[in-house]
Amino acid sequence: MTVQQIQVRLFARARELAESDLISVALTEGATVVDLRRAMAEQYPQLQPVSSQLLIAVDNAYAGEDQVLNQQQEVACFPPVSGG
Amino acid sequence: MITPDYISIIDQPIDYTAITERVRSNECGAVVLFMGTVREMTAGRQTVALDYEAYPEMAHQTLQQLITEARTQWPVHAVAIEHRVGHLALGEISVAIAVSSPHRKQAFEAGRFLIDRLKEIVPIWKKENWSDGTTEWEHPEIKTK
Repeated sequence: MTVQQIQVRLFARARELAESDLISVALTEGATVVDLRRAMAEQYPQLQPVSSQLLIAVDNAYAGEDQVLNQQQEVACFPPVSGG
Repeated sequence: MITPDYISIIDQPIDYTAITERVRSNECGAVVLFMGTVREMTAGRQTVALDYEAYPEMAHQTLQQLITEARTQWPVHAVAIEHRVGHLALGEISVAIAVSSPHRKQAFEAGRFLIDRLKEIVPIWKKENWSDGTTEWEHPEIKTK
């Protein structure tokens, strides 16, 4: 199976834990948001304190767990929001 | 006349007079302005400042979506929303939402809806700078320690 590198933008506490606002996650072709969560937990264990609460967005909209990811999308990952 | 909605994420102080002026119209009998400001005390703890961070592109998109939703529920004439990011001192304005409509009830309800939903879904985060020198991201659903 082909492995693709997905760039993931990070924000707030996730960004601070990873010490980067952009991480690269290795995923097989056809991988979904569920697979991304699993891969991030393996490849970026420093995100563990927030891992169960992370929200995933694709192309500036919240993603469903079964959404398929590819390198053309903008993928982002962040903890629950607290603006206002 | 079509009044375009205004959405802005800025790192400068919010000019709430300008935000309010953007929505005023002869077609409207009501303008409601909501402002969020930096509060000193939270559950007995003292804040000295807040740091706000945004995912600007998605924040724009989700705010536009909320304005569209508001328009399906109330006859809103115009909406202007500005959220500040960066380091804010006590009392400073973090967000301003101005809504105009023909009658006051609609403007109050739409304004309430917009700030409530903003706090639930718009990708913006605040970090507390406590008076004891510690800092802490506010990520509401995470119950750690």
